[in-house]
Amino acid sequence: MDGIFLQQLINGLTLGSVYGLIAIGYTMVYGIIGMINFAHGEVYMISAYLAAISLALLAYFGVESFPLLMLGTLLFTIVVTGVYGFTIERIAYKPLRNSTRLAPLISAIGISLILQNYAQISQGARQQGVPTLLEGAWRVEVGTGFVQLTYTKIFILIAAFAGMALLTYVIKYTKLGRMCRATQQDRKMASILGINTDRVISYVFVIGAVMAALAGVLITMNYGTFDFYAGFIIGIKAFTAAVLGGIGSLPGAMLGGIILGISESLFSGLINSDYKDVFSFSLLVLILIFRPQGLLGRPLVAKV
Amino acid sequence: MTAPILELRDLDVFYGPIQALKKVSMHIVEGETVSLIGANGAGKSTLLMSIFGQPRAASGQIIYRGTDITRKSSHYIASNGIAQSPEGRRVFPDMTVEENLMMGTIPIGDKYADQDMQRMYELFPRLKERRNQRAMTMSGGEQQMLAIARALMSRPKLLLLDEPSLGLAPIVVKQIFATLRELAQTGMTIFLVEQNANHALKLSDRAYVMVNGQIRMTGTGQELLVNEEVRNAYLGGH
Repeated sequence: MDGIFLQQLINGLTLGSVYGLIAIGYTMVYGIIGMINFAHGEVYMISAYLAAISLALLAYFGVESFPLLMLGTLLFTIVVTGVYGFTIERIAYKPLRNSTRLAPLISAIGISLILQNYAQISQGARQQGVPTLLEGAWRVEVGTGFVQLTYTKIFILIAAFAGMALLTYVIKYTKLGRMCRATQQDRKMASILGINTDRVISYVFVIGAVMAALAGVLITMNYGTFDFYAGFIIGIKAFTAAVLGGIGSLPGAMLGGIILGISESLFSGLINSDYKDVFSFSLLVLILIFRPQGLLGRPLVAKV
Repeated sequence: MTAPILELRDLDVFYGPIQALKKVSMHIVEGETVSLIGANGAGKSTLLMSIFGQPRAASGQIIYRGTDITRKSSHYIASNGIAQSPEGRRVFPDMTVEENLMMGTIPIGDKYADQDMQRMYELFPRLKERRNQRAMTMSGGEQQMLAIARALMSRPKLLLLDEPSLGLAPIVVKQIFATLRELAQTGMTIFLVEQNANHALKLSDRAYVMVNGQIRMTGTGQELLVNEEVRNAYLGGH
């Protein structure tokens, strides 16, 4: 085994963990109200801008230590993105709760266009960037070559997995998590038991936005650049990850993200990097043909 | 006469163009066990669900402890002391028995959760054996016990039960009705909807008979048990 394979595996794991974070938003929203929130990629894009704004503000006020910068940026980005998630649901989806299934899908596309144009007008169409915050890397000799693990990547892996672990804990063991699961499994029964299901749906949108915000901060740290259109391709990739893992399944979204990230990285590193998107979407087509319920999803049984 | 805990006044309920309930009036007094019997499709389950506003009554009033709750949200009604074990049980399939029971504590918080869970396990020992099992893997009878126990976890002032005997073996039905009798003796106010008129009437202080969305007859459980018309229609005519 040579260094390239291992290197691409690490790159893929990093990329995949971030896909997984965004895929969580797709899968939880689908699980609870049965719609694909096509504006979710744009929520991620907004969070990338917020991360940059926050970094600039903190730098302006003279904050220089990495932990403080990170903490401030995460806090600011997560809170504001959460507000975006909440507001989008209130404005675009809640009024359509009892209409046809297509209506919220159309308003999701509308929101997505609005957010893209809003970012373009307010922030400009040029690519934006942030400087590298965490310099340095870890190098390990492997055979004739070496594997390089930048500190940024290590940080991303830790933060992404911590985020996923925290969310898994919340969903599995807390009252909020039980309320989310109950609403997902039987919304009518949940309301009869005293759960304000509209509020739970709001919470789920906020959770999805918070995870996207974490992803936004992490990806911005890694690549340094983004533009108003950045949410589109990553959104579709994360959606692919959610379908791959089984849409509606939380562990499925995380697993799907990691598998997609790794296979995409291996493909681009070992075969051809120009066609990596083609490869990802071919994967989506194959899943939809051979295992439409995804890896951890359940086959859909028609309810009578 | 003491004021009833729940009173329905001239309730009209529609499913689209179909009128499911027609000018239904009835009441339940605190401490009573009242049952509603009637054939399949008479509107019994609709009546229970419309107490929770699903579907909403088109006209008429639902008065609960002196307050008009006709237009209140389902979760408000649940939070104020009405609990239901609904048609089809509707336990959460992917949750364990314990998690399902915890869902019953939403209106009152988990202050009494441990204590009440122990009480449920005494009431339904089968649930204790299955406490960490997912609800979807249990038999119909066990799911029914779970649905009733989940409703009880909120310490309701009024317990609504929809066909607890449906689809269960006679021996299980007997067990469940024995437990309901125990509950009734502790002073719980129970409103029971049943097709199994024999069991229901024996348990009840009073009962209503529903035909095609209307209340046709009312009386004490004993009166209806010996009533000619009821015997012919619901008790096999012997």
